[in-house]
Amino acid sequence: MSDRPFDLVVIGGGPAGLAAASQARQLGLSVALVDEQPAPGGQIYRAVERAEAEGRATALGEDYRHGLGLVRAFHECGATLFASHQAWQVEPGGRVFATDGKASRLIEGRRVLVAVGAIERPVPIRGWTLPGVMSVGAAQILHKTIGLVPDAGVWIAGSGPLTLHFAAEIVAAGGRIAGILDTAHGRLPETALRHLGGVVRGWRYVARGLGYLARLRMADVRRVSGVENVEALGEGRVERVRWRSGGQWQEAPASGLLLHEGVVPNTHMTMAIGCAHDWDEAQKCFRPRTDRFGMTDVEAILVAGDCGSIGGARVAECRGRLAALGAAASLGVISAAERDRLAGPVEAEVSAHGALRGFLDDLYAPAAELCVPPDDVMVCRCEGITAGRIREAASLGCRGPNQVKSFTRCGMGPCQGRMCGPTVTATLAAALGMTPQEVGAFRIRPPLKPLRLGELAALADAEAGE
Amino acid sequence: MFRKPPEAPDAVLVEVEGRPVRVPPGASAAAAALIAGLASTRTSPVTGEPRAPYCMMGVCFECLLVIDDEPSQQGCMVTVRPGMRIRRQEGAREL
Ligand SMILES: Cc1cc2nc3c(=O)[nH]c(=O)nc-3n(C[C@H](O)[C@H](O)[C@H](O)COP(=O)(O)OP(=O)(O)OC[C@H]3O[C@@H](n4cnc5c(N)ncnc54)[C@H](O)[C@@H]3O)c2cc1C
Ligand code: FES
Repeated sequence: MSDRPFDLVVIGGGPAGLAAASQARQLGLSVALVDEQPAPGGQIYRAVERAEAEGRATALGEDYRHGLGLVRAFHECGATLFASHQAWQVEPGGRVFATDGKASRLIEGRRVLVAVGAIERPVPIRGWTLPGVMSVGAAQILHKTIGLVPDAGVWIAGSGPLTLHFAAEIVAAGGRIAGILDTAHGRLPETALRHLGGVVRGWRYVARGLGYLARLRMADVRRVSGVENVEALGEGRVERVRWRSGGQWQEAPASGLLLHEGVVPNTHMTMAIGCAHDWDEAQKCFRPRTDRFGMTDVEAILVAGDCGSIGGARVAECRGRLAALGAAASLGVISAAERDRLAGPVEAEVSAHGALRGFLDDLYAPAAELCVPPDDVMVCRCEGITAGRIREAASLGCRGPNQVKSFTRCGMGPCQGRMCGPTVTATLAAALGMTPQEVGAFRIRPPLKPLRLGELAALADAEAGE
Repeated sequence: MFRKPPEAPDAVLVEVEGRPVRVPPGASAAAAALIAGLASTRTSPVTGEPRAPYCMMGVCFECLLVIDDEPSQQGCMVTVRPGMRIRRQEGAREL
């Protein structure tokens, strides 16, 4: 079932993908957008149209409602939307295979923009596999899509803007947060001084953060700072949370524990395609190597938004527009001079919205014990592999994640290493005295998600019938 | 852990572990299991431990459920339909 080839196939309908699609249509390109969610919006603007229709969007904040404009412009731009379609393979030449859960289809693009966003950094701590332990992002998804809010006894542990944002959002919606265990170890005054220029230029974002803090203080949400060694305890479910702060161990009953240590680019797809990636020491993650228009070292493949580099929603939107310009120029639809002329103001916007990034990266850098956990902590949830087993593999001669994988099965489960990859790289690098760049990442092979035979059969039938 | 959502007039009636549960439209099957109050949604085929949805965005594969008799469905990525039958996944390495 091959649809006509599109000039541009966009994978991901978050701010980056939506802005790219609209911009590309404006330049006259034919565009298809593929997203595994039932409706466009991405992570930040998830279910924004539903929330608006149900009268919940305003309570979710002005930033959230900004997404409504993007989504509406997209619906009017004339791009073809494949909603509820998960892309499971992208070929370097631009062929995209996607499934709606029943059947697969082939969508061909002369250029493909990968705009699949970020994933939350894994938070390997003792007890993180217990039911009742979830990520903050997961709880936020439940809130945005169906208005679910945490009840009594739910703790948040971690750091980063999303923890405060989410807690404030829940308090405003009438939910409960038992307390926030703040694991940030960057010291605020010193970090702010080091990034004074960015903090001044990004004052709007700073003001917003202070607003969240004020709201949490008003609601009397307990905040513990300088937290280390968070642990979830319980029989078959989280029942208690334990942590250390100021050298003292403390414990509290818990009905749930929400973890978050920032987000990292979702590089699964670009790695499977074979794009070059580099280790980003400031953000402690791999990211695809691109030029200023998001063009990768593979001619037909471009990248925009948080899957290229963590920049937040407004930067993602700008990067989407820049990638559309890059795609149009590389297809000869606009000249390089025209591309650069149109890019100027967009790049100025990127630097305005990105002003605070260095400060945030520094303040919320994940603690060493989370990147390189102690021996008994489970790293690979699917196969039940601990950090100790990874070190053991290293001591037996494994030099990289792929060797560790064949040796221990670490990363071989259904999540394909999405949940353990960053920890495996960091743990190996520390054990071998190498850099993460030298150690590398798991080799990713398609399909990007396990498929049932039926999903493939439809594709084979359609191809045979063509 | 989560407060029972207010009953929406357009709530979707599904079956979780054989019990009828009304969930908001647009909920995922994994969300329905959480609303139904399941303590866990699967047991790990490797370690035998109980597990439950962790990321709700298609990354962790902890939400594997049996949906309408089809095993190993990624529950957080499947939107509920009226009459959907959702069950815990016990062990079975299906993927
Ligand atoms: C869980 C979570 C919650 C967040 N919440 C906020 C927030 O409240 N406020 C904020 O400022 N920032 C938030 N962020 C940060 C967020 O990543 C950026 O602000 C912004 O959403 C990035 O935009 P994007 O377009 O790059 O990616 P996203 O908005 O993440 O969009 C990526 C899209 O790609 C789709 N996709 C991924 N893989 C595939 C595939 N294989 N096939 C088809 N479609 C696919 C996804 O469904 C998604 O819609 C959050 C991040 C995460 C991970
Ligand atoms: S809960 Fe993580 S994949 Fe569904």
